[in-house]
Amino acid sequence: MNEIFGIPLSAFIGQLMIGLINGSFYALMSLGLSIIFGLLHVVNFAHGAQYMLGAFVAWGLLEFMGIGYWPALLITPLVVGAFGLVMERLLLRRLYSVDHVYALLLTFGVAMLMEGAFRWKFGATGQPYPNPLKGGFELGMTFIPAYRIWVIAASLLLCLSTWFVIERTKLGAYLRAANENAPLVRTFGINVPRMLMLTYGLGVGLAGLSGAMAAPIYQVNPLMGNSLIVVVFAVVVIGGMGSILGSIITGFGLGVLEGLTKLFYPDAAGIVIFVAMIATLAIRPHGLFGQEPK
Amino acid sequence: MKNFSPQVTWVLLALALAVLLAAPFVLYPRFLIEIMCFALLAAALNLLVSYAGLLSFGHAMFFGAAGYVTAHAVKVWGLEPALGIVSGVLVAAVIGWVTGLLAIRRQGIYFSMITLAFAQLIYFLALRMDFTGGEDGLQNVPRRALLGVVDLSGNLAMYYMVTLITAFGFFAIYRVVNSPFGQILKAIRDNEPRAISLGYRANRYKLLVFVISASLAGLAGSTKAVAFQVVTLADLTWVTSGEALLICILGGLQTLLGPVVGAILIVSMSHYLATLAEWVLMIQGLVFVVVVMLFRKGIVGEYYAWLDRRAARREAVPLTPPVPEQ
Repeated sequence: MNEIFGIPLSAFIGQLMIGLINGSFYALMSLGLSIIFGLLHVVNFAHGAQYMLGAFVAWGLLEFMGIGYWPALLITPLVVGAFGLVMERLLLRRLYSVDHVYALLLTFGVAMLMEGAFRWKFGATGQPYPNPLKGGFELGMTFIPAYRIWVIAASLLLCLSTWFVIERTKLGAYLRAANENAPLVRTFGINVPRMLMLTYGLGVGLAGLSGAMAAPIYQVNPLMGNSLIVVVFAVVVIGGMGSILGSIITGFGLGVLEGLTKLFYPDAAGIVIFVAMIATLAIRPHGLFGQEPK
Repeated sequence: MKNFSPQVTWVLLALALAVLLAAPFVLYPRFLIEIMCFALLAAALNLLVSYAGLLSFGHAMFFGAAGYVTAHAVKVWGLEPALGIVSGVLVAAVIGWVTGLLAIRRQGIYFSMITLAFAQLIYFLALRMDFTGGEDGLQNVPRRALLGVVDLSGNLAMYYMVTLITAFGFFAIYRVVNSPFGQILKAIRDNEPRAISLGYRANRYKLLVFVISASLAGLAGSTKAVAFQVVTLADLTWVTSGEALLICILGGLQTLLGPVVGAILIVSMSHYLATLAEWVLMIQGLVFVVVVMLFRKGIVGEYYAWLDRRAARREAVPLTPPVPEQ
């Protein structure tokens, strides 16, 4: 058949692919945000800027050191994660004793600082990044680029392994315990401040990795985090702040929803996620998978 | 609001009046008008954040929406500025009421996210709808005579009108804060379950202050539209909300004058660094970071705290207690 719900099949599959791609990034980014919020109770407004940093690191590795995509995938999250570690140690840690809103504002300020710095250096136009996985698959009438398949598969793998580490391993158990009752966990001899620092680094590293993976698809420019971050916040809120599985499922789900809305109801595509968020908050205030805050 | 003695307060008010009257002859009126509009927006946000404990990320939606409605009313429907501004404020109040209904029931970060979502919604609507002029915005809004009588084409006249409006806005905030209503708000902010147990319907109070805050933000936006004769999508972005927040924090949360000081600094900075646009963003981010890390009370707040410390030192308890009577 050539049509589905009255839309040509090739267009449907094309939009589905786009939705899954966007969903992959939504899922990866909201995963990082959820982890950070779950343990540190900090809303990391710098997440979009750290994503942008990751893309620029990947681009810089190629441009100045000739390091290609695949090594960059390993190096970028480490570099960006290190930046996160420093940020936590020097800045965020001092704000745990005061109202959580100050930490949020700090990350907001850091995001502005980073965006301003990169705009100053690189301007607002984008730098291209070559596609490392050229070619693709013919599926009937549609052409599916191989790189996009890789992105979707990689994000799924990353999301599920992160979920596994947090929910099914000892380290994850420590993290979840510290989330519930940090002082008590400290009395067991576990270095909670270091765990907080590493958690923040992990979340930031995930953002950086998303940026590196995004580089061949979207142009590498200082504003790339901006439009993404607001949508990702909506995803995290719908999924439930602090819920790992919620972020993953909601990320992919909303990406697909957005992609398909573009097909059936193009004008609403920009706002469908926010409408979904408002609807979710009206019905299930703590998100689809969230729990009551303590 | 700092409790100065009555004499000091009158002197300060007289001084402020003198400054306001003389200022347009020293600095460009348009510059002063911009400061006042942003000061009012920040003050509206400050009311919500400091006295109700609700951090809104979407105040730009009230600012921009009111601006668009007023601009449209004056340009297309031919209304004179006062009516135009009133319509803008009413629209902002309605949006505030609808948003508030949904947002108030949630706490903390969820509240902030709902406001952000609504703001993005409004932004996208404004982008698509015809009457907003899309990417171009609404331009060449005519400067009609106020109430059909007062000529506003000159910048000086416009400055005085804006000063009056801004003063009214700040006075409204002062009345809200220093009133039984304001006391109940503070009680709800500090310990909501207790306030509820005392019989106050906290959600109603929060919704009301949210609508007041939205209306004042709308007032700022409408006034800006009339004064500068243009409204664009930039007024609706969360960047504008962020700037308002920065002004609040820099000036000092929980103070009445904080937004004014903050607005003066931030608007001046973006003007004097206008040629270096990227520097503005970097500096704003740096200011944010420095203030949050080191001067959490903001400029005015730190000054008040210093005054308090000085007063406390004067009234220090003597080291040797008085000998009790036998």
